[in-house]
Amino acid sequence: MIPGKFDYYAPTSVDEAIDMLVTHGSEAKILAGGQSLIPAMRYRLAVPEVLIDINGLTDLNYLKQVNGHLAIGAMCREVDLEESDVVQSQYHLLADAAEVIADPLVRNQATVGGNIAHADPANDHPAVMLAYDATVVAKGPSGERTIPIDSFFTDLFESALSEQELLTEIRIPTPGANSGGAYVKLERKVGDYAIGAVAVQLTLAADGTVAAARIGLTNVYYMPMRATGAEAALIGQDPSDEAVLEAAGIAAAAECDPSADLRGSAAYKRDVIRTLAKRAITKAVERAR
Amino acid sequence: MSQHNVSININGTEHSHDVDARLLLVHYIRENCDLTGTHIGCDSTSCGACTVIVDGRAIKSCTMFAVQASGKEVETIEGVADGGLHPIQEGFWEMHGLQCGYCTPGMIMCAKTLLEKNPDPTEEEIRWGISGNLCRCTGYNKIVEAIQYAAEKINQPEAASA
Repeated sequence: MIPGKFDYYAPTSVDEAIDMLVTHGSEAKILAGGQSLIPAMRYRLAVPEVLIDINGLTDLNYLKQVNGHLAIGAMCREVDLEESDVVQSQYHLLADAAEVIADPLVRNQATVGGNIAHADPANDHPAVMLAYDATVVAKGPSGERTIPIDSFFTDLFESALSEQELLTEIRIPTPGANSGGAYVKLERKVGDYAIGAVAVQLTLAADGTVAAARIGLTNVYYMPMRATGAEAALIGQDPSDEAVLEAAGIAAAAECDPSADLRGSAAYKRDVIRTLAKRAITKAVERAR
Repeated sequence: MSQHNVSININGTEHSHDVDARLLLVHYIRENCDLTGTHIGCDSTSCGACTVIVDGRAIKSCTMFAVQASGKEVETIEGVADGGLHPIQEGFWEMHGLQCGYCTPGMIMCAKTLLEKNPDPTEEEIRWGISGNLCRCTGYNKIVEAIQYAAEKINQPEAASA
């Protein structure tokens, strides 16, 4: 399968890339890892007239711990998360996700920024970043701005980024003491989208109850979603109580809205979410202790 | 549609052509450079038959444009044997790691970077490492054994050839 025709540009600086976005606007797509975009172009689901390849922006290829957060540059590849000691030792939720995204060959090329900018509810990072309460940094012709993840995703494949803005960085707050996170995903096979997945990041109080919790769900809603009902069912409660876990699981299953497809019926997916939520919470609690 | 002059070092040889921006790297390798060892399987970023190594990392060449690889070093199955068979190729031969052989070039390219990164992988690490490469014949057991054979040979060249 051969993609449609397009003009290709390879800027060498962020400012040059933004100038190109300003010039080409809605006709242009940013090419980062390309692991969602190029398949969509081969199927002609996407037929952009202009591709702006940001692989040459090597100053966006970083992953570093700064001022209380993990800064992930737009050209940081998924494999870099897997190979990062900081991620593996301090960001367990992110580390869990990094090893179940697509497959190893795709992860060698795919970027974290692209996974988020694509705003696909079936992608793994949106739920992860919702659970982390991450911040997206975007740069456009009028300068840089930060977008809280809660207001980043606006619809299916739609985000708060304007056509003239480039996602340049994602910031994940460094988990504090007594914090833990986990990502639990059910997939039919490696490389397929999740049947469902649950991202949990929580903090325990001194008495062992849940002081704070954020939960994101993958591929069970028309856009990336937070399971605020499940969060409410946890906060202030003892997570070692099976009834508390079950209540959180039931809340998550009730508030998602999966579509029936070849991966299962809506009822099946809701039950998957109920079960995965309980597992993810349990794993996050173990890590927080 | 924009045209671009690309120069790609494939297996140590410089290749240079004017290509359409939309030309995929796998088509460039096969059709412009006549290196047909790199296979097209699914054409949908699923199967890994088109796996090549670009600047040290194994990627699916159906999911990269040729213009993106300009200036980079690409290694394909044709560049693996050096005089005799590479230990991974020998492993596939000795351990019956292939039946129809269609997935084999991709499997070998993936295994090559896997062993470069992790010279002594466990069976689970091998299975995980090749999880982006589909084989519809072998059931994978013989492929895993082929890679284990290669790892042993690379780590202890004398013991394995004795």
